[in-house]
This record gives sequence, structure tokens and C-alpha cells, in this order.
Amino acid sequence: MSDSVMPAVDVTDLSFSYGDNTVVSMERCRLDRGRSMAVIGPSGCGKTTFLHLLAGLIRPATGAIRILGQDLTQLRGAALDRFRGRNIGLVFQRFHLLPALNVRENVLLAQRLGGGRIDAARVATLLEQLDLGGLEQHKPSMLSQGQAQRVAITRALVHGPQLIMADEPTSALDDRHAEQALALLQASAQTVGAALLVVTHDQRVRGCLDGEFEMQVPA
Amino acid sequence: MTWLRLAVANLGLSPLTSAVNVLLMALGTASIVLLLLAGSQLSETMSRDARGIDLVLGPTGSPVQLVLSAVYHADVPPGNIRLEEAERWADDPRVGTAIPLSLGDSYRGYRIVGTTAEYAELYGAGLATGRFWDGALEAVVGSAVAQSAGLSLGSSFAGVHGLEEGGHSHESHPYRVVGVLEPTGTVVDRLILTSLESVWDLHAHETSHAHEHEDEAGGDHADEHGHVYGHEHGHEHDDGHDHAHERDEHDHDHENSHDHAHQHDEHDHDHENGHDHAHERDEHDHDHEHGHDDAREHDRHDHNHKHVAEHDQPDPDREITAMLIRYSSPMAAMTMPREVNAAGALQAAAPAMEVSRILQLVGIGLDGLSAFSWVLILTAALSVFAALYGSLRARRGDLAILRCLGATRWELLIALLLEGLLLSVLGVALGFLTGHGAMELLGGWLESTRGVALTGWTWIPAQTLLLFSLFGVGAVAAAIPAVQAYRTDVARTLAEG
Repeated sequence: MSDSVMPAVDVTDLSFSYGDNTVVSMERCRLDRGRSMAVIGPSGCGKTTFLHLLAGLIRPATGAIRILGQDLTQLRGAALDRFRGRNIGLVFQRFHLLPALNVRENVLLAQRLGGGRIDAARVATLLEQLDLGGLEQHKPSMLSQGQAQRVAITRALVHGPQLIMADEPTSALDDRHAEQALALLQASAQTVGAALLVVTHDQRVRGCLDGEFEMQVPA
Repeated sequence: MTWLRLAVANLGLSPLTSAVNVLLMALGTASIVLLLLAGSQLSETMSRDARGIDLVLGPTGSPVQLVLSAVYHADVPPGNIRLEEAERWADDPRVGTAIPLSLGDSYRGYRIVGTTAEYAELYGAGLATGRFWDGALEAVVGSAVAQSAGLSLGSSFAGVHGLEEGGHSHESHPYRVVGVLEPTGTVVDRLILTSLESVWDLHAHETSHAHEHEDEAGGDHADEHGHVYGHEHGHEHDDGHDHAHERDEHDHDHENSHDHAHQHDEHDHDHENGHDHAHERDEHDHDHEHGHDDAREHDRHDHNHKHVAEHDQPDPDREITAMLIRYSSPMAAMTMPREVNAAGALQAAAPAMEVSRILQLVGIGLDGLSAFSWVLILTAALSVFAALYGSLRARRGDLAILRCLGATRWELLIALLLEGLLLSVLGVALGFLTGHGAMELLGGWLESTRGVALTGWTWIPAQTLLLFSLFGVGAVAAAIPAVQAYRTDVARTLAEG
């Protein structure tokens, strides 16, 4: 199986627990490249934890997580950090832009940490596409919530990751901006042929994406 | 570069805190640098000035005062000694070089030292222009004196009674500059050298002047000017109101060392005949006839003949302020000082020992100040720690996102260390600049007021060590926050928002 036909996400027999409390438990979840999927479920079903597992930020108790063909459980330390930086773009509920850096520097930092190659032209183009053209020198504190959201998305996409994961990307946005952000995520993912995984309880998202994966609160 | 840029940006987020930390660090660093520079240059200057002088002979009293006055010219001399006494030791085979010093006058705060040309040689001070003294009232001035008092070849100046400015001026007997010394960076630069005889002569005159003054106003010059020849003056005051009496007194001194019977004759003579030029000449002839066989004594008498003939001047006692000794063999250090001190008439002080004693005393003060400076540095380190640690909670999200973007744990650790290091580097740089600048300013002030030449534009090896240990302080202050950053639980931080 060559790299390009490997699924972006391939999870089998996954479980994760805090102490005795099992938080995530699933037999199988799979997302192909170029496809998008919503991960839905009631509060407390472990959606965010699942996303953290897929990003390699925490380790599962059992099971295997293959991202773009790479078994995350085989990677440790710096190698895991580098793999994440290079291949996964993350967008969070809170935007977590670095307050000390301006918009442009925030995006450039992701590019550098994600692959080390600085492509200022791509940064400029992306910012332009997201209506952030005039804000490059602005500090995050000067941005509106919507602008900050779009900067966070730009930052997640800028280094061309093969898997884009977003945690409640639309929860803070009104209908118009939610639609825009979702459309941007999809369009960006399609442009680079990346898979898109969106964790959400936002009903507006359901139906916009190629597929759905519903999580249950573990028994 | 990414991390350095991020560290700079983060420090820029709270400019006031960062500035205070940098200033605290700079303040502590500047004080330590200043103390280091002052301490090392002081001890260097002191040992340079004492180089080549193994022993100082002077009157009994404080050995520190003797060394300070005779070697560094930084204190008033404890008194005078008889040249003969000193020369007895100078003739000792253990002595290689013996240089007499006679102090008492100054010009614009620069001391006039009656000595021999060997004194300049001691400091390797060659002549920049002119020659060494030949006759009476010829002077060779040190480079600093020439520069700041505006003296050059051929200029003349009147010495002032006493070692401070503002004393009675010997205006009727000005010195003439016949030579200027090359700069040496030693005490000689700030001295005016002349022959022993010039100093003696001037004080012989001074004696008569003082007398005239006393006659007129009944004042006491000896006390007024703290003159080191005060002993002489005192006697005059006690015994004499006219020249004849003064002569009596001097004759009495001679009597002690030379010829009892003869001096008594003279004494009688004086009383009978009063003061009379011709008679005084007779009297000196008398001395010659009765044969003081010491060659130097003869010279001196000749000298005084001229004097007496010209100025109706009594014969002053031959005294010097101190004698600098250089041993012919280092072995002399074992025996000679003890012998001199045991003999009782003189005191022998070894500059090396007294210097280390002085530096030890100064060192206690410097150590205290230096401890205080380290307290400042410690405060700066704590402040850096508090600032970084305090910002850590607010920045946990940033750290987590950096990990999501591909940063490793170690990179976060380095990022925090860099912030601490950056603060200390800025503070240390500012501190070094300030410290050196302050030293230079202080040096200039000390040079103009105290004659101690210190400079800020120098680098001593201890500073290199200081530099790196201060960088270390910044890194240590950042160490705990850095470890916290390393340990950031990314998933939990993100989940908590």
C-alpha cells in the first residue's frame, strides 16, 4: 500500500481512560484522504480527547492509531512532535494565537515549526484569501473574534498538512462566519488533498461534510 | 532564531517588568564591576609604587603611616630622622641602594621631595626633557605635575610650606624647573623632585623667616602649617627670640653629637658678643679646625658657610624624612628589619607587608560592598524568576499551541531559558557599560582630587568570570519556569481551554 492510498486516519480497538474512568472506547474509525468528516456526540463522550489522541498529544491505553500510515504509538518525544508539526494542522475552540507575535509572525511560526521552509508569499496569499490582508502587522489582541478564528485557520493550513483537525471551530461564530470558516476549511483541505476532521456539537456543521462519525458516552 | 525572536517578543509583552529586571541586574552588575576595577587597580597601583623598595626607615610610630607617607605620598610623614642614623644602616652590606627622602613642602598639592636622582631611577622614570638638578633650588617635575600645574623647562615656582595647598609660600626662593620626567604611571608622576640640599636650605631660610614672623607677630608657624620640621621650630619658640639664642640651640644639638667642650666655648662666645657676621664665620672655621672628619659633614659646612655669609643663617640640623632601602640580597629581609627596630632609634617598615595590611583593611570594605552588590544581583535573579514564573500560567496555552505546531519539549525549555538569559545579558551589558563608565568618571575625579590615577577603560581577567557567572544567574533564575514549560501537559491545557 503506497502512502497516497493510506487512509488519513485509521483507528482500531481504541480505548483511553483517566484512572478507572474510560473516556474513549471505539472499535474502528477511518477517514480517507481528501475526505471530510464530522465527529459528533453528546457532551462528555470524549470528542476532544479523541482528537488529542489522533494528534498524538496523549497516548491510548490500548489500540492502534495510524495517521497517514504512521503508527503514532511507535513515535516518541521529539519525533512525535515533528510528525505532528509537519502533517497535522490543528484548529482549536479557543484560538491560541501567540499574543506576543503579530498575525504574520503567528502564521510564519507554524510554517517554520511545521517544516522549516518559510514561504512568505504563501502566507500573504492565504491571509488575503481569508480577508486578513491588511491585518498582517496586527497583534492578536487587536483582532475581532472572527478575525482571530481565521488567523488560527490560516496558521493550521499554512504548511500544507495532510490532515486537518478542528475542535469546535464554529462554536464562537455567527451563522455567516461559521459557514465561511467551514467552507474555508473544506476548500483548503481539498486544495492540498488533505483530510478534514471536525469535532463538533454544532448542528450547522452536520450535513456540510462528507461523512459523520458519532461517538457514544462509554458504558 | 525563531526562539530568540519569540523570547524578545515575549519580553516586549510586559515592557515595564522586563525593564525593571534589566535595571536591577544592571545595578548589581555595575556595582560589582566598579568594585572589581577599583580594587584591582588600587592594589596594582600600590604594588607598582612599592616595587623596588624593600624597606623604609623612618621615625618610630605607625609603620602604615611611614609607608603611606614615604612610598605613596598619601599621608603626612610621622616625623624626621637624623641622616646620620639612617646612613649608618645605609652603609650596612645588606643594603644595595639607599635613597634619602626629605619632605615638607609642596606646590599646588604636589609634594616637593628632596632626594637623589636614584629615586627617579627606582621607578624607571627617565627625563622627557632637561636634566637632573645640579645646584640649589633646581627641580625635576613628574609628568602629571608638569601637565596639570603647567610647569615646563625653565619655569619657576614657589614651594608652599606644608603638604597641603594654602600654606606659607617660599616666594623669595622659587624653584626652577630643569627637567621633566617621562610618565611612568607611578607616584613619581605626581612629585616634584629636587636635591636634599635644596630642601634643607629652604628650611634653613624658613627658619629665619619664621623667626622674623615670630618677632613681629609672635605667631607659631610650626603649628600653623604642620611643618615636619616643627621640632626645630618648637625649640626656637621655647628658647629663642633672637638669632643668637637660636644659634645656641643648634650648637647644643651639635654638642650632642660632636664636641662638648668646643660647643660650650662657642656658646660663651655668642653670649658675649651677640650675633655678628664675622664672628659666625670664625665659629665655623673653628668647627673645621676641630676636625669633623666625615666628608659629607665638610660638604655641608661649606654649603652653610655660603649660606651664613649670605643670609646670616644658622645651621639647621641634618634631618631627612625617611630613607628607602633596597636590599643587596633578599636574605636581608630575614634580619634587617628586626635589627633596625631593635636598635630603637629608627623604625623599619616593609612596604610589601604594610601594603598587604592596608589592602586587607580596604579589602574588608570592598568585600562588604561586593556582598551588597551580590544581594542586588540575587534580587534581580529573584525578580526574573518571579516574572517568568508568574507569566507561565497565562502562557500555558501558548506553550501548548507551540507543541501542537510541532515544537518539542526541549524547545519550550530553551525558549524560557532564553528569556531569562536575554534579561540577564541585557542587564549585564548595561551594568558593564555603567560600571566601566562610572569607574572612568570616578578615576578622573580621584586623579584630580587625590592624585590616584584609575581608569574605567580596562579589563581584568576576573571580569570574564563575572560575565559568565552573571549569564548563569539569568539562566538559573529561568530554570524552574523552563522546567515547568518542559512539563506542560498539552492535552490537559487545551482541554481546559
